[in-house]
Amino acid sequence: MKFVGQSISKIDGMALVTGKPVYTDDIALKNALVVKLLRSPYAFAKIKSIDTSKAEQLDGVECILTYKDVPQARFTLAGQSYPEPSPYDRLILEDIVRYVGDEVAIIAAVDEKTALKAMKLIKVEYEVFEPVLDFEKAIGHTSVVHPEENLSTNFEIGLQKEKNIVASHRFEVGDVDGELAQCDVIVEETYYTQAQAHAMMETYRTFTYLDHMGRLVAISSTQVPFHIRRQLARALQIPASKIRVIKPRIGGGFGAKQTGGGDVFAALVTLKTGKPAKIIYDRQETFSCTTSRHAMRIKVKMGADKEGLIKALELQVLSDTGAYGEHASTVLGCVGEYTLPLYKAKARRITGHAVYTNKMPGGAFRGYGATQGTFAVESAVNKLAEKLGLDPAAVRLRNIVKAGDTLINYPNHPLGSSTLDQCILKGQELIGWKDKYPVRQVAPNKVRALGMAVTMQGSGIANIDTSTAEIRLNDDGNFTLLIGATDMGTGCDTILTQMAAEVLETSMEQIIVNAADTDISPYDPGSYASSTTYVAGMAVVKAAEDLKQQILAQGARYLEVSAQDAELDGNVVKTLKGDKEISLYQIAELSVLGTGRQQLVGHSTYGNEISPPPFVAGFAEVEVDLETGKAELVDYVAVVDCGTVINPSLARVQTEGGIAQGIGMALYEDVRYDQKGRMQTNSFMQYKIPCRKDIGTVRVFFESSFEPTGPFGAKSIGEVVANTPAPAIAHAVYNAVGVRVQSLPITPEKVFMGMQELARL
Amino acid sequence: MFTLVDLVQPETLEDAYQSLISKRSNTVLGGCAFLKLGSKRIMTGIDLSKLNLNYIREQHGFIEIGAMTTFRDVETSSLLKESFNGILPQAVSQIIGVQFRNVVTVGASVFSKYGFSDLITALLVLDTEVELYHDGRMSLQEFLNQPPKKDILTKVFIKNDQRIASCQSLRNSASDFPILNAAVSQADGRWTIAVGARPLKAELALQASELLSQANVLNDETIEDAAKAASEELTFGTNVRGSAEYRQAMSKVLVQRGITEVLAC
Amino acid sequence: MLINLSINGKDVRIDVAKDEFLADTLRAQGFLSVKKACDTSCCGLCTIWIDGKPTLSCSVLSIRADGKKLTTIEGLQQEAAEFAEVLTAEGAEQCGFCSPGFTMTVLAMKSELKNPSDDEIVHYLTGNLCRCTGYMGQLRAVKKYLEVLA
Repeated sequence: MKFVGQSISKIDGMALVTGKPVYTDDIALKNALVVKLLRSPYAFAKIKSIDTSKAEQLDGVECILTYKDVPQARFTLAGQSYPEPSPYDRLILEDIVRYVGDEVAIIAAVDEKTALKAMKLIKVEYEVFEPVLDFEKAIGHTSVVHPEENLSTNFEIGLQKEKNIVASHRFEVGDVDGELAQCDVIVEETYYTQAQAHAMMETYRTFTYLDHMGRLVAISSTQVPFHIRRQLARALQIPASKIRVIKPRIGGGFGAKQTGGGDVFAALVTLKTGKPAKIIYDRQETFSCTTSRHAMRIKVKMGADKEGLIKALELQVLSDTGAYGEHASTVLGCVGEYTLPLYKAKARRITGHAVYTNKMPGGAFRGYGATQGTFAVESAVNKLAEKLGLDPAAVRLRNIVKAGDTLINYPNHPLGSSTLDQCILKGQELIGWKDKYPVRQVAPNKVRALGMAVTMQGSGIANIDTSTAEIRLNDDGNFTLLIGATDMGTGCDTILTQMAAEVLETSMEQIIVNAADTDISPYDPGSYASSTTYVAGMAVVKAAEDLKQQILAQGARYLEVSAQDAELDGNVVKTLKGDKEISLYQIAELSVLGTGRQQLVGHSTYGNEISPPPFVAGFAEVEVDLETGKAELVDYVAVVDCGTVINPSLARVQTEGGIAQGIGMALYEDVRYDQKGRMQTNSFMQYKIPCRKDIGTVRVFFESSFEPTGPFGAKSIGEVVANTPAPAIAHAVYNAVGVRVQSLPITPEKVFMGMQELARL
Repeated sequence: MFTLVDLVQPETLEDAYQSLISKRSNTVLGGCAFLKLGSKRIMTGIDLSKLNLNYIREQHGFIEIGAMTTFRDVETSSLLKESFNGILPQAVSQIIGVQFRNVVTVGASVFSKYGFSDLITALLVLDTEVELYHDGRMSLQEFLNQPPKKDILTKVFIKNDQRIASCQSLRNSASDFPILNAAVSQADGRWTIAVGARPLKAELALQASELLSQANVLNDETIEDAAKAASEELTFGTNVRGSAEYRQAMSKVLVQRGITEVLAC
Repeated sequence: MLINLSINGKDVRIDVAKDEFLADTLRAQGFLSVKKACDTSCCGLCTIWIDGKPTLSCSVLSIRADGKKLTTIEGLQQEAAEFAEVLTAEGAEQCGFCSPGFTMTVLAMKSELKNPSDDEIVHYLTGNLCRCTGYMGQLRAVKKYLEVLA
């Protein structure tokens, strides 16, 4: 193939690297009002009084808004397809604040300095309540985070607000207890995964203004323009038809920008003042007043027979959703959704709750519950293998789901593709399993050891996420590809163009890609849930095929032959006999004017009832310092089955990036709070993401499969790559020093203390 | 958010000092990397850029480092690379990145007595003095133990006594502040041990240094004893990067490694 | 307060506030390649050259740059495009938000270090954070870029 499978540079790459002004703040009007937010210093409190009079008198202050000035419709910031599964539990501003950083007042001024000055002049009196800070004590706590009557959900998610339970989940196949009773070996462990910060380089930002029709326009650094439009309509109580959301280039997302940021605040200012406004969250706000990965406690029970055949797998999950329920029920559900199908146990069950606490909300984050679940399940599999005296790779090969097998989530659809078994075998070979597993002494105080984990994710959300693509043949023979998928650096504008170019047998340069603008783009939920390559990709392929047929038909008509007697060959339609031909340019021109009178537009809306899983086998080699407990990653091998690899260099870098995020989560990234619920890790000084020196070597390989339902056989890759590092590194550390760290991150101190504990025994 | 009402760039140290003491909220500006982190309100910021305090030179048996010398200058100085086994370039080279080290200054780091400083720990095991415009010249240790006082640190003197030195640090991740750091030096059988980021500021382990200096032979056992003594005579605290207990245990490890490294030179 | 700067070879005289930092001054002057991402002097996105040295523009008071020679990527478009060719071929720009600052450091390294080893490259570039790529692709690109130049 000419385009699919080629490492084509990102079509926007040159502009990005050479520093062209293409991001939200680069294109915002210079005279836009600067919007700042006064935030709560308390984890849980009621505003007794708020006095903005002094601040309002300050020169240059345009408006100050409090809970008295906002519409009273509760909404959610979660960017999800309607009906959102997240509870409508927040107001733009409210007289109750539920975490340190919750918004108290909106300040708009001519510049940042004035806005900050005004902020200091606002006097607020609070009645402080006892906060719920420990998520394991949230259920039944004397404090109720959301006592309000008008909190609502679109459908039953198991909400019991008086108990601080946002969502409850239960899914079971087979008789778990019965199977467990018959198992030769049972592993029963509790794992904790921490809150993790997305830490994309561009913080949340939105620029709003009213257009010539008086409509609200929001240029927003978001992954979900259509959801933001719906969210703004509900929160501001104006019709969606009065709102336009445009996504420019955005500086990273990782799921962060699947949740609304400052859009509502800037929009409200623009609606109240009629003036352009912009809000830019600083890094501290981004760390402490948005969302993070949900912290979880996961209890795993896994049973097998002596030969290592897994019979039963049970997960009990407690998820900390923080002060608001963004993505609470769905992330909880995905813990099981992406772990239970992986092993063919007869009986499998997940039960769990997501609970409110007075901390920053959890949200969507690459992996979306699968990351947490994978750490727990894979750690348990590694322990099970040890208990059985079997090689952990062999146990997996024995039990993993294979192509043709039935997945428990889709009983009527056999698994269309998987090379996970080959991924495991190849990974073992590449990491040097035979020689290096489990552990070697490399210096008097240093050992090196290996660990592994496997994982799956989905490709879009089955039966919900549906993408539409349109391709127009323009007057001079080029094409406009209209999509609503949101390139956040991932390169989807490029790979979707590759697919269209492949189908239309044209060149990349002939295709203009436009995304995303709710006034122009066809509907797409946005780029999340690993949906774009697979779901939007399929929509693009089908739209391109549709257009191709139309071109052929139109060309044949001009050639005065039937479509069966003609073919599209790059830039010409010619008769099969070869006696006549017409150029694409001529077809295009004739179609938009003169006799044709019909501009050709290919169109497709695509969604699927399944979500084919991509797979990864991850292998870690760590070196542990026996005196300090510090584990350093030496080598990481990831072998990926994402179906057909549409763009190898982009897929490779996405994998490397996901693994780096996983390494950070495994070893040091940790959102921490003090005893009053104030976040301690609200800067890059205190919250460390991996730097260049932390990564060691990461090696990525692809074991392509062919997914019959995917575009050119492709599946997703964006999220699955983040899941294996934590369990693989934890396994390697265990093999190195015998310490099982079951509460992430695996800091030198935890390892050292574990070693001390072992020495005492 | 910090505020800076005025800024002066005096041409003499006397002018700078007069400006500093004229108002309580007047402050000397260092590299300014940390300035905007705080919510400090500074009436007049005093910029020492025009006082020619950016130098690393050898004079009268001392290496002198001017207050406005950047960490990057320290890192790349061939004089410092060749002195004390390059402990100073080594101590600063791990801090954040090149573009950060081109900003932060030696004077501000030492004057601020940052607990997490890798530089101060390394300087402590050398024969280091500081020169303050008002209070004059004093040993680094004496300066560190003084209560904070308004003055201008103009330079750091290090006696070029050919001592052999080593610095060690332990971090959760490479660009993080240290969980703990330690430095060890030896000249003519005199050992000096310092431990920093406890998380309080670096301090000399005097008893351990003495123990090591007095030891008849240096073997695994005496080294371990000295390292243990250091971890017992100093105090350690708990913060987000580590507990007091862990720091104490690591103090022993890092000091032991420092001693071993010095002996290997 | 009026200061004199040379920005990308052009002398300008501009009015800055006393507590204004260079990154903000430069953005206000239209040099929008200069990005800010941390507020705590540790991400490297705002890297520019001051008198040829890679420096965090977010941490330098504009007044202190009076009389200095500043270089942003807008002034190094040809060199940046050459590096961008290699970086984008690896797909290692991803979201691109950190790319201008990263590129400024790479170009500074190119003139400062001769035939750097992998470790020296990593050390020199450590101050530039990136959350998308995991750094491996950037290293591949830098090495290729230096090879091509050699």
